[in-house]
Amino acid sequence: MARRLVILGGGTGGTLMANRLQKHHGDDLEITVVDQDDRHVYQPGLLFVPFGLADPDDIVRPRHRQLRKGVAFRQAGIDHVDIEAEQVHLDDGAVLPYDVLVVATGARLMPEETEGLTGPGWNEKVFTFYDLPGATALHRALEAFDGGRLVLNVVDMPIKCPVAPLEFAFLADWYFQERGIRDRVELTYVTPLDAAFTKPMAARTLGGMLAEKGVELVTEFNTGEVDGEAGRLVSYDEREVPFDLAVVIPLHGGAEYVDRSPGLGDELGFVPTDQHSLQSKVRPNIFTIGDATNVPASKAGSVTHFEGEVLLENVSRFLEGRELDVSYDGHANCFIETGFHKAMLIDFNYDTEPTTGHFPAAVGAPLMKDSRLNHLGKLMFQWVYWHALLPGRDIPGIGPDMPTAGKALTTT
Amino acid sequence: MTTMTIAGQSIDRNDEGFFENPDQWNEDVAVEIAREEGIDELTPQHWQVIHFMRKEYAEKGTGPTVRVLGKTSGVSVKELYQLFPKGPAKIAAKVAGIPKPRGCI
Repeated sequence: MARRLVILGGGTGGTLMANRLQKHHGDDLEITVVDQDDRHVYQPGLLFVPFGLADPDDIVRPRHRQLRKGVAFRQAGIDHVDIEAEQVHLDDGAVLPYDVLVVATGARLMPEETEGLTGPGWNEKVFTFYDLPGATALHRALEAFDGGRLVLNVVDMPIKCPVAPLEFAFLADWYFQERGIRDRVELTYVTPLDAAFTKPMAARTLGGMLAEKGVELVTEFNTGEVDGEAGRLVSYDEREVPFDLAVVIPLHGGAEYVDRSPGLGDELGFVPTDQHSLQSKVRPNIFTIGDATNVPASKAGSVTHFEGEVLLENVSRFLEGRELDVSYDGHANCFIETGFHKAMLIDFNYDTEPTTGHFPAAVGAPLMKDSRLNHLGKLMFQWVYWHALLPGRDIPGIGPDMPTAGKALTTT
Repeated sequence: MTTMTIAGQSIDRNDEGFFENPDQWNEDVAVEIAREEGIDELTPQHWQVIHFMRKEYAEKGTGPTVRVLGKTSGVSVKELYQLFPKGPAKIAAKVAGIPKPRGCI
């Protein structure tokens, strides 16, 4: 009898896992993907929407169309998972029993957790670009913006794609120069971290780029309140940053049903997961991929992609009763848009910080340095995403382990 | 790393003042370190946070972030900032004698 695999979430991780596992196991595995809607958003595209560089319609495709034949798609909300009975309870009352469960429901934005954030001024002068309605509303606001204080604020970590807020600052500098009003716009980047980024070496480079582009950096700012009416961010230690337009990255947590599923998630709704095998720590037959995990890697599509290779191996090994592969090294790889048709590339893992050199080998794209080649890479990636990454095809030269051949590696 | 004597106890601390070894901690030490950080008196609410930090560290190998503290310690983030004005996660970790919380990436 075919074994039942249920995948919760039809985003990057859920889709690529469904396709890879179906290809590998064929009819021996009955695969069902559950998602509450049928709109798969290409999330890296959200950054470009506010600047009119991407059209909202172009970055959304039907989820079910990204799945191979042989994978069932079930559109329904998830009420909860019963990890004891090994069943998923859906909103419509249906129950899906599973032999193996893959949690791929990503991270959820929680703007309501910050005082005032969704109060007066929300989507009028306080925005987020981390979802499509927010990015679309922000596009209209930026078009109408003709000068003043634009503040970017990361409320707290973890967030999806930790470089995206920096990219937003770089692109905003470019956007206002193109419009000829840069001298009338004050750009400020407000972060709870003690530097521009989490990793010290990249933080120095990125902090330097903010300074070069005239973006003021405010660090160790823990936002306690967003006062849209008065136009100010207030920190818990009572510092204030005034704004005319605020772009806020809200708190993130796991999907809501995780909180309703006893024993499944941690206090933020992420699933405790072994960082090398991606098996959950809650039950041996539950695996996690992408933003839904609590592993200390960036919440980013590249991480999900690299995790996918280890997870394919481990779901297969688990079904065969074999020992798991513990080789996931935390590999992450991000193109950072810096404006003016340029981008920078960083590549790192759990143990190695982003460094200089070339990717994936001595001849390749420059690391930690902005270039036109990297910008083209970022643009081309949207095609790769829909046509290679989601269908589960290998991308030549890009494997799950972090490459070291082209890197200037030093210990830090 | 520096070794120093606080409240009669020999303690190894890193450059930022975090403990290398949580076993060298006791409550008298906590009172002294709180003073270093400008906290003159440890109230029952301070102690609640301090003991919670130590318990989390023992279970998870790292101290919690401010946000997790606010959700799980029984003390709200706002109150945490009143108790430890210079940053609850870091200062409470120091006073509780555990290494610097790793935070998130």
